[in-house]
Amino acid sequence: MAPDAAERIAIDSDADVVTARQRARALAVTLEMPSTDQTLLATAISEIARNITTYAVRGEVFIELVRDAKGRRGVKVVARDQGPGIADLERALTDGYTTGGGLGLGLPGARRLVDEFDIQTAPGEGTTVTLVKWSRSA
Amino acid sequence: MAVPILKQGPFLIASIQSALTDTDVLQLRDDVMAQVTRHRSKGIIVDVTSLDVMDSFVSRSLRGIAMMTRLRGAETVIVGIQPEVAFAMVQLGMSFEDVQTALDLEEGLALLEAGFLGT
Repeated sequence: MAPDAAERIAIDSDADVVTARQRARALAVTLEMPSTDQTLLATAISEIARNITTYAVRGEVFIELVRDAKGRRGVKVVARDQGPGIADLERALTDGYTTGGGLGLGLPGARRLVDEFDIQTAPGEGTTVTLVKWSRSA
Repeated sequence: MAVPILKQGPFLIASIQSALTDTDVLQLRDDVMAQVTRHRSKGIIVDVTSLDVMDSFVSRSLRGIAMMTRLRGAETVIVGIQPEVAFAMVQLGMSFEDVQTALDLEEGLALLEAGFLGT
């Protein structure tokens, strides 16, 4: 996946969560991604960016346009923090499990909303979530 | 940005104007609860037409508003959930089963007037 353009958004407050999902939607619009897919992408970003403010306090989100070997284009989002990490990743990816007082839908929900989802984490070593939403056209 | 809350007879109408931060959502909750008490309101409409994303936090908070106002004797109706947003909420796994919803403001008011006032 070769990047076309990348943008970094520092996540320090809940306002940055809104900024991150709005920027990603703006990129999706340039791909003429269907409105429903834009919304799924924006919602997924909202979940993973909020995880940063909830668990790690601060971190960063990178958003870029990508292209696969077949020429299909998409939006790739990387959310990275140096927070506490996730001790039990399997449970964190299960609906309803939370250590943050929420509904436990953030990670498993975000995974359902996008086409590709990857998470790298270890206790004390922060968390990096990567997701991709492909444009169905082109 | 604070959400304006208008009083219309026995009802309150909170019209969300733009994207909400988590802080805005919590402020809305507190404002609605304060106004329900002040005006002895019987129903609340929260208009989310302008929201292009309702993630788990916003959904949970709106559901919380509905539960809390019910405990104060007022029913809440969420109106204007956009089709794409509804799709995303279902994919996300949000349950809104115990929350009253209506297509738009007009339908929401009709629901409050018919259902909760018995007229």
